[in-house]
Amino acid sequence: MEPKDLNSQPIPLLSASGLTKTFGGIKAVDNADLEVAQGSITGLIGPNGAGKTTLFNLLSNFIRPDRGWVIFDGAPVQHLLPYQIALQGMVRTFQVARTLSRLTVLENMMLGAQKQDGENFWRLQFQPWAIAKEQQILREQAMTLLESVGLVHMAHEYAGALSGGQRKLLEMARALMTQPKLILLDEPAAGVNPKLIEHICDRVMTWNREGMTFLIIEHNMDVIMSLCDRVWVMAEGRNLVHGTPEEVQHHPQVLEAYLGK
Amino acid sequence: MLDLNALTNDPAIIGWIAYILFLTVSTAIFALFSLGLNLQWGLTGLINFGLVAFMTLGAYTTVLLSMYGIPLVVATLAGALVAALLGWLIGLSTLRLREDYLAIVTIGVSELIRLIVNNQDLPTPNTPTPGAFGLQGYPLPLTDFNPNALMKWIAIALLTLVVGACYWKLGKWVVKSRRGRFVEYSREKTNNSEVKPARTKVKSQKSFVTRYSPLVLRIIVGIIAMLLIFIPYAAGVIGLYNFTDYEKAGLMLISVLVLAVVVWRLEVLARSPWGRVLKAIREDEEVARALGKNVFWYKLQALMLGGAIAGVSGALYAWQQTSVYPNDFQPQTTFDAWIMVILGGAGNNFGTILGAVVFFAYDSATRFILPKIVPLDDVRLSAFRIMVIGLLLMVLMIWRPQGILGKKEELTLGK
Repeated sequence: MEPKDLNSQPIPLLSASGLTKTFGGIKAVDNADLEVAQGSITGLIGPNGAGKTTLFNLLSNFIRPDRGWVIFDGAPVQHLLPYQIALQGMVRTFQVARTLSRLTVLENMMLGAQKQDGENFWRLQFQPWAIAKEQQILREQAMTLLESVGLVHMAHEYAGALSGGQRKLLEMARALMTQPKLILLDEPAAGVNPKLIEHICDRVMTWNREGMTFLIIEHNMDVIMSLCDRVWVMAEGRNLVHGTPEEVQHHPQVLEAYLGK
Repeated sequence: MLDLNALTNDPAIIGWIAYILFLTVSTAIFALFSLGLNLQWGLTGLINFGLVAFMTLGAYTTVLLSMYGIPLVVATLAGALVAALLGWLIGLSTLRLREDYLAIVTIGVSELIRLIVNNQDLPTPNTPTPGAFGLQGYPLPLTDFNPNALMKWIAIALLTLVVGACYWKLGKWVVKSRRGRFVEYSREKTNNSEVKPARTKVKSQKSFVTRYSPLVLRIIVGIIAMLLIFIPYAAGVIGLYNFTDYEKAGLMLISVLVLAVVVWRLEVLARSPWGRVLKAIREDEEVARALGKNVFWYKLQALMLGGAIAGVSGALYAWQQTSVYPNDFQPQTTFDAWIMVILGGAGNNFGTILGAVVFFAYDSATRFILPKIVPLDDVRLSAFRIMVIGLLLMVLMIWRPQGILGKKEELTLGK
């Protein structure tokens, strides 16, 4: 991207440039750029194997890039550990929803909250009452969020008992529980029935209206078209094009990448 | 207490009471030891095959320091600290590896430490002692203690407090089964709807039994457990009352109190947000990481705290044995702790204690009963006893894979 591009627009919440990752001889991500504007829902699409999930892993530093830099909220983050990036306010979900099976749904949620005093061993020994109070507040927050995703009746069940779609919802709500600045959603609609997809989209839009920024990987074009402000397209590890959903949808290169020549 | 005095002059009864006290101390020490493992493996999912290393360090540090005249409490705390430091060291060097490697490294470390204390000269006062000679004649707790009546009653009151807490906990466990009964009942209801009308009568008769069986079972188990707890309690009270006649009475009180306090704190921790992070790491550490938890640090904490608990159990073990030899700390000891944790149900502190109780009950029962029914010489018999433990574990794993107090639902959950 050119510097003048940056000047004409407000500084993006997340911008990555020149990210490269090689696995053996395969360039999974090759010199990829990405920008997510504050308050937007940005889509990341591309055929299978385009390197979208790897790019997610590079952004959140679950995999260390060979080259390139990531600036999040005005500061470089690629030297941070994954948990530190989460503490900065960039929280990710996983392609296959990962719930903590033998914890209850409510515990899954409450785990999400950041900087809890109760997670400190010594505070736990010496300030039990303050912690009980803190947990009570978190419990109420968690229940409110669970209610908004329609899982409140499952709050005290093991998370392992949830269906695939419910797990996706739980994972999103848990990410929200961390009070992040940006949520990376990896295929929120994969393997979910149409009714639930509608529900998930509805939630994402509501949270976005309340000020949350999203970066979404998705194969379901309806979801991308209805949600996203901007869409970035990747193929074979590289950036193809980016623009509004309408621009991207009819772009010849995108059609070629998906359908072949 | 008048009758008691007459009774307790009988040498046979004195012998039995002393044996029960000895057994109680052993059980408490190994319950404590296994609780360290339960924290590391049951809660955090760290596979530690070298737990005995922490016990070794705890025992030797405490004993050596106390030989220089350092108070036993301080020496024990130092032992716990050294054991925790070992946990820190193992953690720093291995936690970045995959978990099976942690298992290999820990078993290696435990053998390493045993070989060091076996082959090195130990820095005892005056002249160094070769490690293989072991350590004897070190200070023991409460040996010169001659309590007056008030002290005796305070000691008995403390023991009663612990036993009372046990009974209260048992009572709660029995009452809780009502919820289990409800689940059973609702399951049956859904089953019944699919059954043909002709067979419903038989079915409903059956269901009456199954509906109430958890509660009945729990009441029976609860009563038996309460009676069983009463035996060491009575022995403890007699022992404490006739303090000077029973050398293990003081140690019994100490180990039971330490165990009670540790269990209480561990229960608080397991239910706390701190424990929640450990459980999250056990389930899926990537998720914990993605939610901003410093997974490495929490694993270190679990290793250190579990190690410190095992270190304290080492000090108690040294006092009980009154001498320590490197061969007391073979890897077998670690695997005994694993048996106790698995028996009781991983992740459950009370299950771990129950596992220790079952283990020692089996151990002492077979010591007396097996020679009478199995015609084998002593060496083969001791091998046979261990073999039967393996067999029992296999039966348990088939019949109740979640352990005695484990939750069945947890096994059926998808990842």
